[in-house]
Amino acid sequence: MKRIIALVLVSVTLAIALCGCGGDKTEGGSSKITIGIPQDLEDSLDPHEAVAAGTKEILFNIFEGLLKADSNGNLIPAVAKSYSVSEDALTYTFTLREDVKFHNGNTVTADDVVYSILRNADDGSGNALISAFLNIDSVNVEGSDIVITLKAPDPDFIQYMTLAIIPKDQSDTATNPIGTGPYKYVSRSPQENIVLKRFDEYWGEKAYIEDVTLKICANADTIVMDLKGGSVDFFARITTAQALQLEGSNFEILEGTMNLVQAMYLNNAVEPFDDERVRQALSYAVDPDEIIELSFDGKGTKIGSSMFPAFKKYYIPETADVYNVNIEKAKELLAEAGYADGFSFDITVPSNYQPHIDTAQVIVEQLKKIGVTANIKLIEWDSWLSDVYSGRDFEATVIGVDASTMTARAMLERFVSDSSKNFINFSDPEYDELINKALNTYDDEEQTKLYKEAEWILTNKAANVYIQDLAQLVAINKNYTGYEFYPIYVLDIAKIKPAN
Amino acid sequence: MRYALKKTATMIITLFFVSVLVFFSFSLIPGNPAISKLGTEATPERIEALSHEMGLDKPVAQRFTEWIFGVIRGDFGKSYSYSQSVTSLLSDKIKTTLLLSFMAIIICTIISIPLGIFMARKSDSKLDIALSTINQIIMAVPSFFSGIILTLIFGVAFKLFTPGAYVSYKTNFFGCLGYLFFPALAIALPKISMVSKLLKDTVLKESEKEYVRTAYSRGNRTKAVFYGHVLGNALIPVITFMGMTFADIIAGSIIVEQVFSVPGLGRILLSSISGRDYPVIEAIILLLAFFVVLSNLIVDLLYHKFDPRIHV
Repeated sequence: MKRIIALVLVSVTLAIALCGCGGDKTEGGSSKITIGIPQDLEDSLDPHEAVAAGTKEILFNIFEGLLKADSNGNLIPAVAKSYSVSEDALTYTFTLREDVKFHNGNTVTADDVVYSILRNADDGSGNALISAFLNIDSVNVEGSDIVITLKAPDPDFIQYMTLAIIPKDQSDTATNPIGTGPYKYVSRSPQENIVLKRFDEYWGEKAYIEDVTLKICANADTIVMDLKGGSVDFFARITTAQALQLEGSNFEILEGTMNLVQAMYLNNAVEPFDDERVRQALSYAVDPDEIIELSFDGKGTKIGSSMFPAFKKYYIPETADVYNVNIEKAKELLAEAGYADGFSFDITVPSNYQPHIDTAQVIVEQLKKIGVTANIKLIEWDSWLSDVYSGRDFEATVIGVDASTMTARAMLERFVSDSSKNFINFSDPEYDELINKALNTYDDEEQTKLYKEAEWILTNKAANVYIQDLAQLVAINKNYTGYEFYPIYVLDIAKIKPAN
Repeated sequence: MRYALKKTATMIITLFFVSVLVFFSFSLIPGNPAISKLGTEATPERIEALSHEMGLDKPVAQRFTEWIFGVIRGDFGKSYSYSQSVTSLLSDKIKTTLLLSFMAIIICTIISIPLGIFMARKSDSKLDIALSTINQIIMAVPSFFSGIILTLIFGVAFKLFTPGAYVSYKTNFFGCLGYLFFPALAIALPKISMVSKLLKDTVLKESEKEYVRTAYSRGNRTKAVFYGHVLGNALIPVITFMGMTFADIIAGSIIVEQVFSVPGLGRILLSSISGRDYPVIEAIILLLAFFVVLSNLIVDLLYHKFDPRIHV
């Protein structure tokens, strides 16, 4: 008996003693921060190969283009000091800054820029990593200037000049990324963390915090515990439920927008969604305000087309009011289309996105009012990508679609009938023509007008049941401050600073 | 010696069948690594180019042969998600998981054996009945659940450790051990119940045997008989059982890692399944199979050694 007690005591003391060693971390306004991210960067650390929004928002801190985005959505000079566009809009001339250094200490040369651009341009078989670069006729170096000549004018071309500049003689970018950004890559441990360090030879305003650990918090259930326990100082995407749990703690909750279009995307090629009236009926029956109220604690912006409010220039607030809830109208439209008794269909939702699952659940209830039965079918993200997105084998899905560049094109071009990204099989000759015209219009005002017309088509034809631009809730430990929201998916670590 | 050779041969054959199964089952399930990696940027051209780069456009049989010959040479290929070799990717993770598993085994051994002996010696007393009841309950609680309870009690309420603040064994070995103590305890708890119950039963059964009675009747002191004869014989099935549990403990640690955010094999296994990172999945499953087969082999050999009466 005594022995057992002794053994238990020894093991407990040992445990406590060992835990004591593990718990030490520096408190307060020290020059380090642990940022929680919901998934590891599993596509690539090569900025030209990376595709996931979650990867790009981190790489934003390591790489820069000739130009970069600021928090207002404007393009500001980065690796280039200035640029000019010729009168015929075919020639772009960029003047390089002299003092820009890569993280490996080398100075950025015009050759590095040319290499970075050509790497994404025509690969000789008519394909390019960036399809807008198929339009490039030539890239030349003139002194410290880089001159890009296009085959045809493209008003959006300048947006693509945020393309990351990488050293031309580097072959292992995917495992050892070297850029010119305010932070340099130090190391990674898959599914554990990614470590960044402030780049002290940065050409511009240097970052405030020296050591950054990006900790992968794959288990959504433990995020609040991690934050409260002090192992994570910052998390950029918490849910409303988590925000409520953090009330009264050492965390400030900042609210911005996610900048994506959350909708119940409908496969326009399958019955009954090939009938415009059915799609409109669903739009009349679904109430985004109720969804935002019930599932998102009232946070979120109702939208009515494939454009979100942060794109001020293109966003049309009125589209959100076209389908105000009208059950009678919805029933009428269903009857006209021959579905007076309703019908049933599956909403396929990726199981790793709780906000979309919550939304789908409210939609199911709302559709019951018009006699339509919807069943939620949860599938894992990878199956969603291959079956729903690439395979287009679905009836309806709730998802958020974001913009890869700050252009209306990024949001709207995908719905052109022959686009490979048109996963909803939307097909409308008038829409195709408008987008085609917009892409070939150089006059900014005229082009904006065309894009707006296209947005109205999506609304009027009820291409999808549009819901909202989700609120982005950021939890930041009160020891830190300075976080800024961007109109694109970006996590700018360089702006975060100790609170005192 | 012949016995050991025979067992090793069986082990290699088993591993070969596991590798065949793993490889082909993943060519049957839906999902495509190229589409998974390209996400919403996937265009038919890029999918084709990436599939080619990953070697997915080759026939399955050819891919399998190339892979299996690579494995024999110790080359598990390159991870699709992390662009680095699977061997370098997994070496840290294996160490973390093994560290966790060994801690669980040690905790299990130092608690369950004295506990089992104690329960046997006090059998049918009130204390034994109470302990047996608690044992039954703990046996029924899965590790991940006891993990959550332990986190709530020791992490959140008593603040003995910071949930989620795992430190790598490379930066702070003792800090790492400290953090792993509670996950290891969560894994060990149900095993402790099982082992102590088994030990109690075998000790009681052994005590009723004729030779024990004879020993007592010849005037032997209780303790000498107990520790000298009874326990020695009673431990044989317990050691076998613990050996077999080792594989179970490694599998259990994969789940418990999720609860305590320990970046071991479990985290990487789950993420590579959802990302269709075939080379990583195949390597991990093969590795787990290896641990299972190896622990069975060791148990068989030990059994053979401890109890020469057994001839296979």
